[in-house]
Parts: sequence; C-alpha cells; structure tokens
Amino acid sequence: MYVAVKGGETAIDNAHRLMAEARRGDPAVPELTVEQIANQLGLAVDRVMTEGSVYDRELAALAIKQAQGDLIEAVFLLRAYRTTLPRFGGSEPIDTGDMAIRRRISAAFKDLPGGQVLGPTYDYTHRLLDFALAAGGDPPPAALAERPVDAHMPRVADVLSQEGLIERDRPGEDEGPPCDLTRQPLEFPAGRDLRLQALARGDEGFLLSLAYSSQRGYGNTHPFAGEIRMGEVAIEFLPEELGFPIEIGTITVTECQMINQFKGTKDIPPQFTRGYGLAFGHAERKAMAMALVDRSLRAGELGEDVANPVQDEEFVLAHADNVEASGFVQHLKLPHYVDFQSELELIRRLRAAAIRREAAE
Amino acid sequence: MTTASGYNFAYLDEQTKRMIRRAILKAVAIPGYQVPFGSREMPLPYGWGTGGIQVTAAVIGPDDRLKVIDQGADDTTNAVSIRRFFARTAGVATTERTTAATVIQTRHRIPETPLTEGQILVYQVPIPEPLRWLEPRETETRRMHALADYGAMHVKLYEDIARYGRIATTYDYPVLVNDRYLMRPSPIPKFDNPKMDMSPALQLFGAGREKRIYAVPPYTKVRSLDFKDHPFAVQSWDRPCELCGATDSFLDEVVTDDRGGRMFVCSDTDHCGTRRDAAQEAAE
Repeated sequence: MYVAVKGGETAIDNAHRLMAEARRGDPAVPELTVEQIANQLGLAVDRVMTEGSVYDRELAALAIKQAQGDLIEAVFLLRAYRTTLPRFGGSEPIDTGDMAIRRRISAAFKDLPGGQVLGPTYDYTHRLLDFALAAGGDPPPAALAERPVDAHMPRVADVLSQEGLIERDRPGEDEGPPCDLTRQPLEFPAGRDLRLQALARGDEGFLLSLAYSSQRGYGNTHPFAGEIRMGEVAIEFLPEELGFPIEIGTITVTECQMINQFKGTKDIPPQFTRGYGLAFGHAERKAMAMALVDRSLRAGELGEDVANPVQDEEFVLAHADNVEASGFVQHLKLPHYVDFQSELELIRRLRAAAIRREAAE
Repeated sequence: MTTASGYNFAYLDEQTKRMIRRAILKAVAIPGYQVPFGSREMPLPYGWGTGGIQVTAAVIGPDDRLKVIDQGADDTTNAVSIRRFFARTAGVATTERTTAATVIQTRHRIPETPLTEGQILVYQVPIPEPLRWLEPRETETRRMHALADYGAMHVKLYEDIARYGRIATTYDYPVLVNDRYLMRPSPIPKFDNPKMDMSPALQLFGAGREKRIYAVPPYTKVRSLDFKDHPFAVQSWDRPCELCGATDSFLDEVVTDDRGGRMFVCSDTDHCGTRRDAAQEAAE
C-alpha cells in the first residue's frame, strides 16, 4: 500500500549531518584550519574572493572549508553572506599605477621603465608532480633582489597613449557613481561599468572558454598582453564629514591590460584598443580572460561585426555568473512530478492517436 | 519559535523589502507586466525559489500564517526547507491547511481548495518571460510586450495543432492577463490555469535569478490562449484519487512496482488529507 512521502524534515537533517561527517573525513587526520587554507590555498581563496565579490581572506577560507573545497559552492556561501552586509559607501577609485608591484610583465615590450618583474609565478615551472612536497618540509628561501623594484612603474597602456597609438580611456563617459548589478537588475545594453562588474564576478571557466573561442576564430581581437601587474593597492574612503579621503587598508589585485589591433573606421583612425581585466588577489588567468572578453564585447561600440558568442552582450553577461548557473542547472534535482505527469499524459495521448492513425491506414 | 539572531525579520533588511514592495506595487498596478527588481543573493540557490522567498519576505508580517507547497505537497524537501527558513528568520506561524494560511508560497501548483479574499499566493518562477523559447533576447521580448506583439505565440500554438492535432503545452501554459500582457503562470499544470481567472486572492510572482516580479491582482481576468475551434481544455483522469476518491483534483502517478503497477493520488496533499479526514469523521 502506497503511503505518501512523509518525514522530509528528519531526512533533510540527517542528510546534512552525514554531509558534515563526510566533510570532516577521517577523524584520525588532523582537521584543516581556516588559517591553513587562507595561507596555503591562497589562489583558491583569491578566486573565491573575486567571484564572491568580497575581499576577506578569512571568510573566503572559511567558505572553502565549509564547501569542502568546492569553489563555486564557496563563492555562493560568500555571496549569500555579502548580501547581509551594511554599506557605508563607495571607496575612491583604486590607482593601479601606484601599485606596490610584486609582479609585472609585458608581452608587448622587451624592456620598459621599471623592467619586467617576474615575481611569484608558476610560469616556466615544469609541471612535474613534486613528491618532495608530499613529504612536507620548508622550501629553500627565495633570493632577495639587490635593489627594490621601482617605486613607480608606468602602465604600458599609458606609455603607448603618449604617442596616441592607443585609444584613450574615456573619462567623463560615465559620470556619477558606477552602477551595481547586485543592487539593480542588469538591463541591456549594459554600460561598460556594469559589464566589467559582471565579468569580474563571472565564472573563471566560462570566461576562459569564451576568451579561448575568440582566439580560435570566433571573433578574433588580435590581442597582446600589454601588461599584467599584481601587487597591493591602497583603498581610500572619503567620509563626508571629513572632506578628504583616508586610507582604510590595502588589497591585492591582478590587473590585465590587453592591447588589441584595430584597423579603424571612417571616423576613427587605426589605433590599438583596450580590453581590461581586474581580479582580487593573484588571478592572472581570470584577469586575462576577462580582458579578452571585455574587448570582444566592445565589437558593437567599435563598429565591428557582432557575429560570435563572445561578442554577444546578452549571451555573455546573462550566463557568466556561476552562482546563478549552478543554482538553475541543479534545480532540476527538485521534484517536477506535476510537470512530468502533465507531459506523460500528453505523450500517452499523442502515442494513442498515432497508433489509431496507423491502424486506420 | 524564535527568529535567528543577527538577521532582520524575514532575513532581508528593511530597505530591500521596501524596494521589493515598490516593485510589487508596480506589478499590481500593471497586471501581468514583468517589473525588474534588484533581486538579492539569498542563502538558498537560484532556481530553488529565491524570487518567491524574496516576495514572501517583503509581504509577510508577524501575524501571518505561512503555507509552503512544492508540487502541491507541504512535505516535499524544498517546501520543507523554505518553510523552515521563514520559521527560523521570521518566527511566523506555519500551517499545512490552505484555508488557514494567509500567505501561500508555491512551486508548480495552485491549491485545489479555492482561495479567498485576503490570501496571497506567491509563485516561484524559474523563467518569467513567456516568449523566451521563441525569442532568447530580453531586449527583443521587452519590445514585443510593449507593442503587445504576441503573434509569434499564436503561431507556435497553431503549429502545435497542425503537427499534433492539439496544443502540446501541458504546463506553464501562456495566459493573457487583463486583456493586455502575455504572462507565464510559472510551471503550474494547465489544469490550474482556470483557478487564476478572477481569483479573489492576490497572486504574486517572483523570479529571483531573472530579477523580475509580476502580479495578478484579485478579480483580474486571466485567459489561457486558445483558438475558437480548439478551445482551451484542462487535463482529466479517467479514475479518481485512490486515497480520497476525489474526481476533480490533479493526480500524481505513483509507480508501485516494476511490473507496470501504477497508482493515482492527489498532488495536493492538504486537499487529499482533509477529504480523508472528513470521510473518516462521517463514517464514525
């Protein structure tokens, strides 16, 4: 005899307890601390902070621990926390030209003022599993440079713009505070401020694939990595009652200025154009992919054909968010008995009609 | 039950609730029109009722009695999760009785028991745009709504008839609200569509991921699209509910064994339970 499914509440509670147990793993193995994650899984923390839109290493590390290392779930946890935070106001724009550089490279110039600074990077490592790392132990200390890096390093894009070879960023285009898609719904066409915000929060994997597609013929932008820089920038806040900005802290960011060929139109002379990427922490793949997608999305504005997915603003911006995408894809796990029943009934009717037709023929 | 400490009543802060209420008021003023709103990131996943939850959070008060159903049932996992969310963050009374509830949040069904004045039915909406499968671009569909350019939908329904001899849409069946806006009723079976028409209750629709709110005010005309020679008709079953004997309710098919055994029971668990209780009382 069929009994209607009951006891959902207890089942849910038990499922969550089982999950907590699975997360903890073998109790004989010491438990991970949030500090360990924040320190030793730093790049995961950076990604979660970037896509979670909150700069807080401890919270991001906690989210990673709670999500058992599932970074998209961690982003979701951080975002849900972020919604509840009160807002004091907006900071002054950060000045990446004034960054305390830890890494700065340009693929466009062999040498440039300030030089190439490799900093910490996995580039050029041979990807051989390091069994010594499995054994543990402290790494040999890194050598100290003989002199500190230059205090001021001009941005490559600024160097080019002195000659007028690259388009100028358009100041004054968006006067007033930038829009915020976590407060207002995204509407199309979106301004560049909203687009960059959406891309900064967007899923790294999605942006990476889109950027890749633009390099493989689906909307070429002829890009050069003009500059990638990573380091610390100061955050300044202007309290109204004070009347001048005060520094409230520093954050680590990765910035990518992509330089793209542009043959010009009848109104604009040939020049290089820009694509821009910025991410919290050390996140070069993300910043580069973002810069390529940003430039691709400027196709319409620059009078290029909009023929490929990466150039399609609605397509890219509506699908870049992994918290939205993950939720909606996984909502298929929810019961759909009623819809399915309706479809069953329809299919049976259609099949019966088809069989009757066949019999009549 | 006490509310969870550290969070505002019903989770959202008052500013956000005010913003959502403004969107709801606009939605009520323009029945069937999709109002964009600043949907917040909720601690539940997108696609799992975040729109409905935000609408409920904006309209619910301490004296309300909340009912949450999914597929017509109060005890499906997600309904349990959402009911708990409000019990925890708002401390409101909850109920499984349709008649006792002041606010009913639903996914995929309208209760069988007719709603009354003063009740609010909050629908969880996955995709609010009725024209979405015909036109993926929001910029384009907004234009189509502005011009009431709904020819494409009629053509789609016509093509169904040409191919299958009937309209092959069984749920989320498009309706015209107040003779003006084409609206998606959310994925309720078309069986429930007639309940929307001239309902005394306020019907609110929240789509969190898509950031849209729309509404059908009480006593508003809601017409399911059809043709004169192919009038709209709802599903029917050639058997009653095997638990309560109802012949007028939407039935779920339950697989009872692996030899083709099937059983048909009410999808609305409150409706079914109430009928069985009444039958038992009458028998005693």
